[in-house]
Amino acid sequence: MTSNQYDAIIIGGGHNGLVAAAYLARAGKKVVVLERRPIVGGAAVTEEIFPGYKFTEFSYVVSLLRPEIIRDLELPKHGLKILPLPSTFTPMEYGDYLAAWDDHDLTRRELYRHSPKDAEAYDEYARVMARAAKAIKPIINLIPPDPSSMSIRDLMGLLKVGQYAASLKEKELYMIAKLATQSSADLLEEWFETDALKGTKAASGIIGTFLGPRSPGTAYVLLHHYMGEIDGAFRAWGFAKNGSGGVSGSIYNAAKALGVETRVNSSVKQVKVKNGRAVGVVLENGDEIDSKVVMSAADPKRTFLQFVEGKYFPDDFVTAIQNFRTRGSSGKVNIALSKLPNFTALPYKGNGADSVLHRGAVSISPSIDYIERAYDDAKYGQISKRPYLDMIFPSMIDPGMAPPGQHVMSCFVQYAPYDLEGGWNDQKRDELGEAVIATIEEYAPNIRECIVGMQVISPKDIESIAGITGGNIFHGELLLHQIFFLRPVPQWADFRTPLKGYYFGASGAHPGGGVMGAPGMLAAKEILKDGVI
Amino acid sequence: MFNLKTTPFHERTSALCQPQNWRKWAGYFVVGSYEHVLDREYWAIRNAAALIDVTPLIKYIIQGKDAAALLHRVTTRDIHKMKVGQVAYTGWCDEDGKMIDDGTVSRLEDRTFRLTAAEPNLRWLTMNAVGMDASITEVTDDMAALSFQGPNTRKVLNLVCEKSVDDLKYFRLMTNKIKGVDVTISRTGYTGDLGYEIWMNNKDALKIWDALMEVGADYGITPVGILAMDMARVEAGLFMLDVDYTSTTHAWIESQKSSPFELGLDWTVALDKPGYFVGRRALEREKKNGSEWKMVGLAVDWVGMEDIFKRIDLPPQIPGSAIRASLPVMVGNVQVGYASTSTWSPLLKTYIALAHLQRPYYEIGTDVRMEITVEHHRQHAPAKVVKLPFYEPEWKKK
Ligand SMILES: Cc1cc2nc3c(=O)[nH]c(=O)nc-3n(C[C@H](O)[C@H](O)[C@H](O)COP(=O)(O)OP(=O)(O)OC[C@H]3O[C@@H](n4cnc5c(N)ncnc54)[C@H](O)[C@@H]3O)c2cc1C
Repeated sequence: MTSNQYDAIIIGGGHNGLVAAAYLARAGKKVVVLERRPIVGGAAVTEEIFPGYKFTEFSYVVSLLRPEIIRDLELPKHGLKILPLPSTFTPMEYGDYLAAWDDHDLTRRELYRHSPKDAEAYDEYARVMARAAKAIKPIINLIPPDPSSMSIRDLMGLLKVGQYAASLKEKELYMIAKLATQSSADLLEEWFETDALKGTKAASGIIGTFLGPRSPGTAYVLLHHYMGEIDGAFRAWGFAKNGSGGVSGSIYNAAKALGVETRVNSSVKQVKVKNGRAVGVVLENGDEIDSKVVMSAADPKRTFLQFVEGKYFPDDFVTAIQNFRTRGSSGKVNIALSKLPNFTALPYKGNGADSVLHRGAVSISPSIDYIERAYDDAKYGQISKRPYLDMIFPSMIDPGMAPPGQHVMSCFVQYAPYDLEGGWNDQKRDELGEAVIATIEEYAPNIRECIVGMQVISPKDIESIAGITGGNIFHGELLLHQIFFLRPVPQWADFRTPLKGYYFGASGAHPGGGVMGAPGMLAAKEILKDGVI
Repeated sequence: MFNLKTTPFHERTSALCQPQNWRKWAGYFVVGSYEHVLDREYWAIRNAAALIDVTPLIKYIIQGKDAAALLHRVTTRDIHKMKVGQVAYTGWCDEDGKMIDDGTVSRLEDRTFRLTAAEPNLRWLTMNAVGMDASITEVTDDMAALSFQGPNTRKVLNLVCEKSVDDLKYFRLMTNKIKGVDVTISRTGYTGDLGYEIWMNNKDALKIWDALMEVGADYGITPVGILAMDMARVEAGLFMLDVDYTSTTHAWIESQKSSPFELGLDWTVALDKPGYFVGRRALEREKKNGSEWKMVGLAVDWVGMEDIFKRIDLPPQIPGSAIRASLPVMVGNVQVGYASTSTWSPLLKTYIALAHLQRPYYEIGTDVRMEITVEHHRQHAPAKVVKLPFYEPEWKKK
């Protein structure tokens, strides 16, 4: 018999919810995770939509997963293996390609083929970005201080950030200021001349935002993606064995071993409040569960506008959450393949089992203009006619992902606006799928004959399947006004909420989205600090 | 399919490379060693004629009315004073007077220079050339280069070249022909011995190699890999980017950077030259205040080292090649610096190192101790700060 009295309830069994639960259980607390879906993992799941073909359904690559979480929760013991993704190929519009490798000399050689100047600038750019990331990282590691609060804790935190900023060299501060305000196109055009290089780099500045490479602020997102590179890991981007579900699965196993109870098919309707404190939850099916604290690991809109009645929050808080930008702009197409699509830029021989191209990522980002044009469509509510695509072939990295000799392909697509003109329906979803296939076809003409099955995921589907309001992949855009002490809203970036006993620790919290685990871990630590449980 | 480049000499070098010992160098594969032990290769440098493929050296042709002005601005040497046919070794610095890279400048014609570098510098050069009439062309992949080092090299060149090299002075260059093929020959090298570097078009590479090997056979010509060269360059007191110092463009923190003074390059910093050059103000300041660090030579005291080994009943063990690992250097119990490359010198029969020491310990004659590992235990062997180079044969410059 499971008792219905817990130290902590975690709403949402995404990877952050599982991380938070594991940390709380590790501290000896009695924890239950409530997940509305029949499986845990949230946006980090692997599902067999077509039998035998495993789709890493939403999230597909890992770089930001925090090493201390891997160590603290002993994730490798629980199945985590992050396999290398050694290259990125960008096919060009005129038939050549640009490749980037995990090996410095190889990358330089390849870039040199296109532009000797870029080959060199690439090194320096990487160093400058890594230095800026290094400079910013300690700020990320501090609990976000709230500059308007007078509490000692916040002032100390702010002091630390200030002291740290003062220790930076002028050049670094200048660089950070620039990164915070520029568009990724501006930044990249200062450095490079090769279109495919600029396009591919710019792409990482728009992922998960509803912005184009020429929108100010996107340069920061570029930097955000460098964070993974400064932990001393050369192959920062990797593919988890068994896909992103492999990451969640290992966290789930670790949490379970620590005594965490997980209930799937348990959708939370509301947080119970008594004497101004969160004291449990009511499920959609009417069941009630009691606890000393409740943490939401769902998206911010659900967390604050749906689970809790507005009367428990100050008005400006509610308004701020309403204004929190969660515009979904990306979709996903997962494809089961009878064989590998053959790219004209670098055709394979035989069945492609030894194709270098397919072992890494393939990026459809021939130029900044290409992406900006894709954004132009989205700005006015249309699916990009020629979207930016980031593709991997999971079965080439982890052979267990598809039946022998067969393959799976993961295509991240941008832009597919959540607020589509006329709204999303089956026909529009098909249009999104067609835009993706037609785009791939331009570079790999045999794509259609390879397809065994296809799953098209619109931002609306991200919302309905993964349960992310607005369908934004990061639960809220990674924009400068939505990070650090501003995430999700000013004054409440420390995982606490205006409702006592109610905490928030998912991608919409500091330090943000991605399969990183940091919001869950940090929130759990704050809960423990408060000493209520 | 996707791999680094091989040099135009690959057909020959790969056939000769017995241990399959290949090293990566600036995006190329080159031979680390041709034989299983380095002795013969090392001694070819010191006693005969060593033929070393140095094609990966990064090479730029800088041309135009302002070519001299550009190099004058970027490097620390007085480029305007250079005559046609002269070669100058130089470092170049950032605005803070810290080293970016080092290499040689050759004045090929009045308005044409060749610059060699360890790392790509095209971006830096281009940024400094704004508004100047100077084109910068990288020719690394078009131009093969052989370093021909050792006391017999002059004799061999005189036999194989159309014109005698007898009058070619130290750090000068000449055009010449070998088997009817145009080459440039400079009296330069990275071994501290008599030696030349031969610059040619890629397409002529094998022809030149074969001609040298054929004529050189009677003079002990030996293909030599970069590992033996590494031992010789330490004896010659020559340092290497990324091993003995960190370029400012790579450094994560300030303390990783070095000024030319700190690397003992005082003689290359022409503070008396007219006009601005990058880093000038910082270098003037350092010149006045003295340097915190200095790169010096360390000679390990053999008897002292022997004593340490004797304690555990072992004869002294010596490394068979240069060691590119940082070794702490102590005075008393305080670390005062570190050795960045150390090697056994087969010629001097001394364990030597290039070391970076703090003021005042860098003075010649200072007694220090350098870390050695004796049967898994760290020990400190007595050593003395000595003047660089460790070895300089009288024929090097004659
Ligand atoms: C298409 C796509 C591609 C992506 N690609 C990458 C990538 O390659 N690399 C990367 O690092 N990141 C990627 N991301 C982002 C990353 O997947 C997310 O930021 C991360 O997985 C979110 O984790 P989370 O635990 O914060 O929230 P989620 O994973 O969203 O978990 C929230 C959970 O709460 C549950 N929930 C919601 N409402 C209720 C309720 N009422 N009751 C109970 N449970 C509820 C949901 O079902 C869900 O399981 C991608 C995201 C998407 C959508």
